[in-house]
Amino acid sequence: MENRNELNTEQGKCDQMSVKSNLVASILAATVLAGAANAADDLKVGLMFTLSGPAATLGEQGRDGFLLALDQIGDLGGVPTEVIIVDDEQKPDVAANKARELVTRDEVDFVVGPTFSNIALAIHKPITDSGTILISPNAGPSPFAGADCHPNFYATSYQNDQMHEVMGAHAKKQGYDNVFLMAPNYQAGKDSLSGFKHSYDGGIAGEIYTQLGQLDFSAELAQIAAMQPDALFTFMPGGMGVNLVKQYRQAGLASIPFLSAFTVDESTLPAQQDAAVGFYSGANWTPDTDNEQSRAFVTAYEEKYGSVPGSYAMHGYDTALLLDAAVRAVGGDLEDRAGLRKALEAAEFQSLRGKFAFGPNHYPVQDFYLAEVVKRDDGKFQTSMVRKIFEDYQDNYASECVMPN
Amino acid sequence: MTSLFLLQLLNGVQFGVLLFLIAAGLTLVFGIMDFVNLAHGVLYMVGAYLMAAFTMITGSFAAGLLLALAATLVFGLALEFLVFRRLYERSHLDQVLATFGLVMIVNEGVKILWGTAPLTVPMPTLLSGSIPLAGPLQYPVYRVAIIAAGLVTALGLWLVINHTRIGMLLRAGASHRSTVSALGVNVSRLFTLVFAVGAMLAGFAGAIISPILSVDTGMGESVLILAFVVIVIGGIGSIRGAFLGALLVGVVDTLGRSFGPILLRTIMDPAAASQTGRTLAPMVVYILMAAILFARPAGLFGRNTS
Repeated sequence: MENRNELNTEQGKCDQMSVKSNLVASILAATVLAGAANAADDLKVGLMFTLSGPAATLGEQGRDGFLLALDQIGDLGGVPTEVIIVDDEQKPDVAANKARELVTRDEVDFVVGPTFSNIALAIHKPITDSGTILISPNAGPSPFAGADCHPNFYATSYQNDQMHEVMGAHAKKQGYDNVFLMAPNYQAGKDSLSGFKHSYDGGIAGEIYTQLGQLDFSAELAQIAAMQPDALFTFMPGGMGVNLVKQYRQAGLASIPFLSAFTVDESTLPAQQDAAVGFYSGANWTPDTDNEQSRAFVTAYEEKYGSVPGSYAMHGYDTALLLDAAVRAVGGDLEDRAGLRKALEAAEFQSLRGKFAFGPNHYPVQDFYLAEVVKRDDGKFQTSMVRKIFEDYQDNYASECVMPN
Repeated sequence: MTSLFLLQLLNGVQFGVLLFLIAAGLTLVFGIMDFVNLAHGVLYMVGAYLMAAFTMITGSFAAGLLLALAATLVFGLALEFLVFRRLYERSHLDQVLATFGLVMIVNEGVKILWGTAPLTVPMPTLLSGSIPLAGPLQYPVYRVAIIAAGLVTALGLWLVINHTRIGMLLRAGASHRSTVSALGVNVSRLFTLVFAVGAMLAGFAGAIISPILSVDTGMGESVLILAFVVIVIGGIGSIRGAFLGALLVGVVDTLGRSFGPILLRTIMDPAAASQTGRTLAPMVVYILMAAILFARPAGLFGRNTS
């Protein structure tokens, strides 16, 4: 026994050695090749997501969605594909530096990212200025949808305001006349409430801005209880939403409809669980979207990663499909930038959402839905489609965009 | 309006009680050992994570709580033995650097162990209802339980500190450290004890708040700043000061957030009131601290060292 063990370890060492020397050889070869062929034939995609810190779940979903598609397609557009994954740490300065590295050192053809809008604002210029194409699979900041639209920038997700407008339209349709509004006190929070009011014109019971990162909402919930509004509209992403939802139910307020954006979704539901059942959110897709491709995606994702995919994962997946279609359309000729842009604009791919089209500002024109949290038969939680709110809905900034050629 | 005020008062007391559990250990460590421990918030977070882990394993809230308490105690002892013991004689700057580094290491370790997604602890069914107050207002039973647990802990600490030999040594140590050690008291063992109890109290706070708040990395940092405010207001080294300071901060913060904008509305127009209100509300606690320090530079119960 002992001898055999020794033998095994010896062999193990040998294996390791050969792996190491192989690695060295391939690195050397790669460097030499890169010098000669300039890797022009290969397709390089940089993925930039928030992969650390409290919001890492969102970034991980986006990354996993993209990689799942890549797994299934193989090489994007039939061109050997290399993916470089970087973490923006949710810090604009870090993100801008890493974006510069991606375009100058790694010479990527596309950057897919980021998760958050403030990061998008920071990396937009270094990437698009270099001629590299930036595709956002989540962040949809307003400037790039309007006056600052850019031929090298695309968003496959939505314009941020639209999710809030969906809930405003729903509240109006329900005939609510006394809605309580609550959001964290920062730019996205203020945008959220103004987005809601854009499509809601009824009465407002109260408007509270909480501190960003606040975790105990007992004081605010007491005020809501005292006012007994028709409904609550809130925007509380991440951990804030997890806490608010649990405390909302604990305070016995669940009889007041809970309308929200980015507060109850597949990234927070594993922590909110039963507390979130019956709460509403705006959505452009839900895991129970009724088409074959979407069902297959959800099954494959759950099998591979063990969690229910949210819209973050769906956008990542769709972005890979979009790239695949565009590269295929130009026959793998990545130097043909004009052709690539045209192919991206055409968006000839089968989105998990069903239909998908870009508006003139490179933001999607798509349907939006009211979604409700449900508990599935297998004990997991997901958002479920209730009804369509907007059909072929375009953002409010598209008219301000004059897309340069 | 009066019942809403009562409700917010309860919310404030509950928040204050939680702050007290965290601040109690911090004020003892800072006051008696003259040790600045930025990693104190980490113990609060670790308590919550252990609570989540143990309730998941045992399926019972009580068993989870007991195991989490024991485990944070062990964790605190290990930290003291491995790291802090080497820092007592160093300057405050070294202590700040080392404990800040520890915050990052433990946060990252927790992420590796439990992942980045927030965890959740189910509320025990026995404590999950709410008590109806006036009209539509209700108060969750669990928050009442937190208040009770905090008050009992405070009472226990008061008894130990004022009526036992160890308490006497602690009180002596807080004001005349060198004299205590000159009298032949094993100061190093006293320090370990203080540290372990402080760690357990912070872990207890994290564990009992976990059914209300999500268990998340970085949850320790948000309370640490307020805990420092509490001990500065109360006077460093004073448990009584920490208790009153914590209640004061909890109540003032909660009432300021909820009634500040309402009060402002009576003297200015609504839009300006809500704008000023949301700017002022997070500042109220710090204004309170500044005012108290102006009147009593060593805090409410601090001894003037000069």
